[in-house]
Amino acid sequence: MSIATEAVMKQEVYQVNGMNLWYGQHHALKNINLSIYENEVTAIIGPSGCGKSTFIKTLNLMIQMTPNVKLAGELNYNGSNILKDKVDIVDLRKNIGMVFQKGNPFPQSIFDNVAYGPRVHGTKNKKKLQEIVEKSLKDVALWDEVKDRLHTSALSLSGGQQQRLCIARALATNPDILLMDEPTSALDPISTRKIEELILELKDKYTIVIVTHNMQQAARVSDQTAFFYMGELVECDNTNKMFSNPKDQRTLDYISGKFG
Amino acid sequence: MINNRENMSVSERLISSRQNRQLDEVRGRMIVTACALIMIAASVAITIFLGVKGLQSFLVNGVSPIEFLTSLNWNPTDSDPKYGVLPFIFGSFAVTILSALIAAPLGIAGAIFMTEIAPNWGKKVLQPVIELLVGIPSVVYGFIGLTVLVPFIAQFKSSGTGHSLLAGTIVLSVMILPTITSISADAMASLPKSLREGSYALGATRWQTIRKVLVPAAFPTLMTAVVLGMARAFGEALAVQMVIGNTRVLPESPFDTAGTLTTIITLNMGHTTYGSVENNTLWSMGLVLLVMSFLFILLIRYLSSRRKV
Repeated sequence: MSIATEAVMKQEVYQVNGMNLWYGQHHALKNINLSIYENEVTAIIGPSGCGKSTFIKTLNLMIQMTPNVKLAGELNYNGSNILKDKVDIVDLRKNIGMVFQKGNPFPQSIFDNVAYGPRVHGTKNKKKLQEIVEKSLKDVALWDEVKDRLHTSALSLSGGQQQRLCIARALATNPDILLMDEPTSALDPISTRKIEELILELKDKYTIVIVTHNMQQAARVSDQTAFFYMGELVECDNTNKMFSNPKDQRTLDYISGKFG
Repeated sequence: MINNRENMSVSERLISSRQNRQLDEVRGRMIVTACALIMIAASVAITIFLGVKGLQSFLVNGVSPIEFLTSLNWNPTDSDPKYGVLPFIFGSFAVTILSALIAAPLGIAGAIFMTEIAPNWGKKVLQPVIELLVGIPSVVYGFIGLTVLVPFIAQFKSSGTGHSLLAGTIVLSVMILPTITSISADAMASLPKSLREGSYALGATRWQTIRKVLVPAAFPTLMTAVVLGMARAFGEALAVQMVIGNTRVLPESPFDTAGTLTTIITLNMGHTTYGSVENNTLWSMGLVLLVMSFLFILLIRYLSSRRKV
């Protein structure tokens, strides 16, 4: 299949059109135009303070929890502009899982952590919850490690296990999209590798957006890469293309390590 | 020495400055250690003194400790004196537990309002309110209780004034409210932001987040707040004494008058002779109070060892 026909077949999940964001007076995202495609991994790279974390937080509207944030433009998710249209934020976040920089399990049992999402969305049936927990933990390859201690505290797990547990917790609500905000920045190389392998497995079922400050990671796991710099989207392209032949001088400078 | 400074060799200068600094270190450490020792000595001395005085009624005067703790009959001035303090122990526990039952939900809810619902203006309004409540002297609480609460409660009683267990409970619950609220608010505010984010990102509402993640995570500290409030209620004397009626019988309902260990001690300490049996039994009640506050401290220690976050 040629690249051209593949591009035609790709289904847009997000379509960002001229999106701007201000923190008070500070213009943090400037006229962002970007598409995110189904069952692809999109990596967001850029130096600290470039707006990459801010951008990923707009995708599930978590950014609106920050005081003094103003958004303008279009952020189309499955065809509806979630910045303008009255969207059910509970339903939106049920469909868009999110994983944070540091594993943030609740101080509860492993089981209760994974069952949290389904429970707040109304699943009460014990058997059903057990199925969901088992499936989610198997999806992140954590099941064999914890199946004998599902009812011990999640805080007893190692850092890497905690992060995989948080991914399982996000998967338990059966989302379409998984947002990952520097998911391996606090992990050792072995745990990082496990998470990266997981990302490659999960992209068959989910659309994944990952923020990373690690360019090698972006190159390893992503299909398309977006380079943010000082609130602007400098360049967004097929990952291989961008890393081998960037169009913009700033991208070249960043990926070749001239700044960052 | 300073004048010679230029004549000194480098090594001499280094040694002298080191000596100066060491002297400073030693002096500072001595002052701080001395202060700590004074505090330790004071509390140990009080404990020993109260222990010795409190046991005298049993060891010297021959009052039976079992009768003291289990008898309902308190009549130290009778020709056949009786020293049963169970009504007062019961009264102390009753006002403590009842006031905690009122103040704990109010205080914890207030703390949640301050930290989660309206962190901006809620804190601005409630913080000064709490500080004000702390600053009001207990005699003022008692006085307000006496002039407002007692006549109000009297309307619901068939006879007598409104002095009652209920009046004592309400006054105490207002008094311990700031303790519970401020410690609970600290507990909620110190929960990491990542817990809230994690819950919201899963599509939980604010109330679900509070109920299912934040309150369970802060639960041991919230309980510590309640126990600290209870410890304060258990030890409060003046305000309770003004509204509770200070009778020596076991109350049958919250509308009945009652007495507590603290109110009986403050009422009788002045007019009993030092060294008399009655005076010694008052010391024994003080010892009961001290033992109780140790138990409260143990409970708080246990709760803080269970802190999760």
